[in-house]
Amino acid sequence: MSVQAPSRTLAPVVSYPEALAPTPTHYCPGCTHGIAHRLVAEVIDELELRETTIGVASVGCSVFAYNYFALDFAQAPHGRAPALATGLKRTSPGKTVFTYQGDGDLASIGAAEILHAAARGERITVIFINNAIYGMTGGQMAPTTLAGQATTSSPLGRNVATQGYPLKMSELLAQVDGAAYVARQSLHDVVHIRRAKKAIRKAFEVQQQGLGFAMVELLSSCPTNWGLDAQGALDFIRDSMVPVYPLGEFKAPQATAAVQPSGNGKAAR
Amino acid sequence: MARQLLKGNVAFAEAAIRAGCEAYFGYPITPQTEALEHMARRMPELGRTFVQAESEVAAINMVYGAATAGVRVMTSSSSPGVSLMMEGLSYIAGSRVPVVIVDIMRGGPGLGNIAPAQSDYNQMVKGGPHGDMRMIVLAPATVQELIDLTVLAFDLAERYRCVTVVLADGSLGQMMEPAELPPMTEPRPVEARPAWALTGARGREPHAITSIYLDPEEEEAYNRELQASYREIERHEVRFDETYLEDARIAVVAFGTAGRLSLTAIEAARAEGIAVGLLRPISLFPFPEERLLRLSDEVDAILVVEMNAGQMLTDVRRATRERVPIHFFGRTGGVVPMPEEVLSAIRDLQRELHPEEAVA
Repeated sequence: MSVQAPSRTLAPVVSYPEALAPTPTHYCPGCTHGIAHRLVAEVIDELELRETTIGVASVGCSVFAYNYFALDFAQAPHGRAPALATGLKRTSPGKTVFTYQGDGDLASIGAAEILHAAARGERITVIFINNAIYGMTGGQMAPTTLAGQATTSSPLGRNVATQGYPLKMSELLAQVDGAAYVARQSLHDVVHIRRAKKAIRKAFEVQQQGLGFAMVELLSSCPTNWGLDAQGALDFIRDSMVPVYPLGEFKAPQATAAVQPSGNGKAAR
Repeated sequence: MARQLLKGNVAFAEAAIRAGCEAYFGYPITPQTEALEHMARRMPELGRTFVQAESEVAAINMVYGAATAGVRVMTSSSSPGVSLMMEGLSYIAGSRVPVVIVDIMRGGPGLGNIAPAQSDYNQMVKGGPHGDMRMIVLAPATVQELIDLTVLAFDLAERYRCVTVVLADGSLGQMMEPAELPPMTEPRPVEARPAWALTGARGREPHAITSIYLDPEEEEAYNRELQASYREIERHEVRFDETYLEDARIAVVAFGTAGRLSLTAIEAARAEGIAVGLLRPISLFPFPEERLLRLSDEVDAILVVEMNAGQMLTDVRRATRERVPIHFFGRTGGVVPMPEEVLSAIRDLQRELHPEEAVA
């Protein structure tokens, strides 16, 4: 009886997603855009959508997303990505169409476009990066900036009496009948990154099933403009952003619409 | 196809459908809303795309998105709505996707009114959108020409990968005239979409349609390409119409409705023995530069007639190098000049040129 030697070839545990272009990005060290890109690319690969997906990049730090995804891409004017996606999806109903937008883009200048894309129930998937600040232009106040948070355009901290309150887009859009899936997740640790990926997958599946508008909001870091180091920025998401922006599904097909807040996140580290 | 009585707004919308327009995105605004209403009924009936957008800003960006997919797409609006589309038009020109837009102009500035005007010449011809960009601009004078130029606009937009504007005024949008529609063209099949279109990266490298070039040298090289395409347009796409110019000593230069009503005045003037003719630019970009320069050698004076305060006038002065006296008659704010007013301006000019013939 002979015993065969075990194969020396090991299957790779981690590989580069096909939907992600093997290109260095311009993102700052400690920024979670890279993680968000990878999660989207992994989901597109897993659902075998790479050859039938069209992305729409926005204006802000993710303006060059089309360089980082190995997908067909259009680049939209500031805030208008949902309108471009509408034009694309309506004329290419067989394709998967997604936008990738920051909080200045989606919640400020593009508030009308995102609201009405949701109201029409456009069969598109929106990846919404909320880092509570304008990154590309150098750290100005965003609609999502926290009360009291200092930015270059709210140097004394956001004063809600004169500068308004943080805008909770997921809660807002979940009220819209055309929205089929709305969830907020966070990228501050491994547990939450895995939850974020599940939400992204659902948001693409909802589009595939033709159920309506789908959006995943991802709480993200901006160490450069927050003036924090990489770990400090992740801690800021957990300690300061999650309490204001609770995590969970706000709307999902045949699911309870109840928010499942993951608490203040203190235990999640 | 037989001639039928057609309202301008309905005529250009149906002409677009017959030219194979696959998607229309718009927002209601007087005096062009009948076009949107026609599209709302007809496009779904034909299995094509109609979306009433939340604003003109969204409408032009939906148009942009559909254009990146490689389909024939259009929008229509009127002056204040078109102002809101300027951002999108710049991006569309900057990423070189073909788009058709019909502007049924009204009185301005601001909210102005809903009466016919030619107040958007500067905005559309000289560039309202930011950046070194041009759009082909075609100006019809009749409902038939509105139909024909809308069909042509799709071909030109695709040939040069640019924005093509059909620039008409509220009277053309609202008037009914006998006209003939073209035969129906089906939208191109999905497999026949242009090679540059976003169709999913199957068996090829991914496509990116964008207007951002952060490196100034790269942006300049791209600008050179754009400028080269505009020079190409200037070489091949100049269009104008001329009437009674063979023996004319006075030339009226007027586009669109102003050209049409000037012709009535010119015929009355000729009946009085005044040697006057009409040059009616049809393409406003490219402008009939060369013809105007020649015209300045052929006549003693030029009278520019517009339904604005003199927007094309500056181009006529430039193209003729002011080698002959250039006069202007215009009404603004939505007032359509009566042919009698133009006739009176022609008579004044005739008296100025020939004081010896002046009748007491």
